[in-house]
Amino acid sequence: MANLKELSKKEEILTGGHRLCAGCGHGIATRMILNAVDDPVVVGCATGCLEVATTIYPYTAWRCSFIHNAFENAAATISGVEAAYRSLKKQGKLKENFKFIAFGGDGGTYDIGFQSLSGAMERGHNMVYVCLDNGAYMNTGIQRSSATPRGADTTTSPAGTVIPGKQQFRKDLAAIMADHHIPYVAQASPNNWKDLYNKAKKAFEVDGPAFINVMAPCPRGWRYNTPDIADIMRLAYETRYWPLFEVENGRWKLNYKPKKYVPVEEWLKLQGRFRHLFNPENRHIIDEIQAEVDRRWDMLLERCGEKKE
Amino acid sequence: MNKRVALTGNEAVAQAMKQINPDVVAAYPITPQTEIVQFFSSFVANGQVDTEFVTVESEHSAMSATVGAAAAGARAMTATSANGLALMWEVLYIAASNRLPIVMPVVNRALSAPINIHCDHSDSMGARDSGWIQLYSENAQEAYDNMIQAVKIAENPKVLLPVMVTMDGFIISHALENLEIIDDESVKNFIGTYKPDHYLLNAENPITMGPLDLYDFYFEHKRQQAEAMKNAKDVILEVAGEFKKLTGREYGFFEAYKLDDAEIAVIILNSAAGTAKDVVDELRAQGKKAGLLKLRVFRPFPYEEIAAAVKNVKALAVMDRAETFSNFGGPVFAPVRSALFDMKNDIKVVNYIYGLGGRDVVPEDVARVYADLEKIKETGKYDNLITYLGVRE
Repeated sequence: MANLKELSKKEEILTGGHRLCAGCGHGIATRMILNAVDDPVVVGCATGCLEVATTIYPYTAWRCSFIHNAFENAAATISGVEAAYRSLKKQGKLKENFKFIAFGGDGGTYDIGFQSLSGAMERGHNMVYVCLDNGAYMNTGIQRSSATPRGADTTTSPAGTVIPGKQQFRKDLAAIMADHHIPYVAQASPNNWKDLYNKAKKAFEVDGPAFINVMAPCPRGWRYNTPDIADIMRLAYETRYWPLFEVENGRWKLNYKPKKYVPVEEWLKLQGRFRHLFNPENRHIIDEIQAEVDRRWDMLLERCGEKKE
Repeated sequence: MNKRVALTGNEAVAQAMKQINPDVVAAYPITPQTEIVQFFSSFVANGQVDTEFVTVESEHSAMSATVGAAAAGARAMTATSANGLALMWEVLYIAASNRLPIVMPVVNRALSAPINIHCDHSDSMGARDSGWIQLYSENAQEAYDNMIQAVKIAENPKVLLPVMVTMDGFIISHALENLEIIDDESVKNFIGTYKPDHYLLNAENPITMGPLDLYDFYFEHKRQQAEAMKNAKDVILEVAGEFKKLTGREYGFFEAYKLDDAEIAVIILNSAAGTAKDVVDELRAQGKKAGLLKLRVFRPFPYEEIAAAVKNVKALAVMDRAETFSNFGGPVFAPVRSALFDMKNDIKVVNYIYGLGGRDVVPEDVARVYADLEKIKETGKYDNLITYLGVRE
């Protein structure tokens, strides 16, 4: 594969001048993923920060064809684009090869767009679906989603005196997608750029649907110091909260095993949305989060055929 | 060569779709539309069309995928009824606002609740402000003819709007009728090849579709959409003219049936117009000056033409197969009455809501409407502005 220096010379498909926040994971993840495609690409986008910050009419930050339809239908929309491609190719009306990718946030993917995503994956469209997971409905003002971590303070799961933040653990979407038995599923973090780049490359290359769940931190919603984004993305997998794995044709593979045990609170404490958990009366929530992280890690090791630590 | 065949409404529409040979059809089954996509999927399975058939998991995705396909540069279609159309509602607006020339048959059916699979117009009337052109069809022949004309109307560069072609659920969709179908080659020549100017699968000239459009441009885009709907009027007539040359069958904004010298008249849509024509014939035989206006084009709304067509009528009834719950009649009534506002003469206009949930409308029902109109004509007065026809009260 290319090294970072070579990749940096490639013309960006998502150009600078978009209006994403400084320290937002969306731009970093999107640019890195699109670096892995060489054919012309059509990007579909669910309603969300990536869409509204990059396509403010009459401007666009996209050098490729881009379509936004609604919040919950990015996967169905790209299904239609890809079906049109197959039809026009078959009829000899189109010569070039195209790739297809849909981006959705966790709201548009785990929740309101889940049905459309599941349908598109089941039908086997040759497309890549990327969830830019920032763990809440950030574009509408930081409301909880089914990807929001337990204990997080959001505007619809506020940390109050009776209920200290979000009550449930997050949905494991990558596992659910793997159970669709599609050719390629992965979970990645932009901080490990090589890992993400390789996964994007594989996703574009497989024949059929591919799904990548990418951690995309949000400085507004997570309330971290902007330059800390790299540390946060790194600690997410060092603490095993956000393991890096892939599932190729049903075979699970762990891509990164932390060398030492880093407690999840190392990740939590960099983020304002978990600040209340560090009050003594909420200590038990951190313990519960740690227990759940450990439980899910053990399950993952088992799926990947790795020895329990 | 054209030929006469016996087909149900659903078969006729599926036949039109086969001859149109769209690049993509994305659809989900719903009674009474289901048959259309079943017939069509057999055409796909037998290699009779070039279509990629996308068997989506819902009507919301059906319209979403159709939007994606049309945006990609393909001729794209779907079909639906009732709650399926309601589930598409959000995306209907997006299809129209992105100026995508999608054609969609809608087999009219009542909206829940209570659940009811039979005909009324609450579904398509609910979608009347979504920016789609709406063509209504009295029978299978008209549904077939409208489908073929719809492609040419939608894709006209002055229009570029999606078109809904409706027919009444079960009454037309499932009843066998004799109709004339056009030969494949003539349909192909009539609709021509689709060559969009801007589309996603153009590597030379990529585009951004569906951007964020704030107060600095959104209004202008809506204004352009309104202009396209205005342009659609001329295009609908142009296409009808060409279609007449091809088939001899005449279409306009509406059919004026014995309306020229009529003193009492009814405005009605779709299958019940056939029943009403029989009643008009009977009344004419009795020497009564009865007439009928069967509306074909509801969006754009041909208000000037309607007003001109009924200007000499003394009493007019607008029959609606849908309720708006505005307490001011059905969806056809209000704009018709408004269209007559500038007329100098004093036409009395009343509303009849009929046939909800598939309630039969029989000649006696329509005859009662004309009898009421006779009375209104003579007295210049009416008892009820809105009458619920054939309901137990």
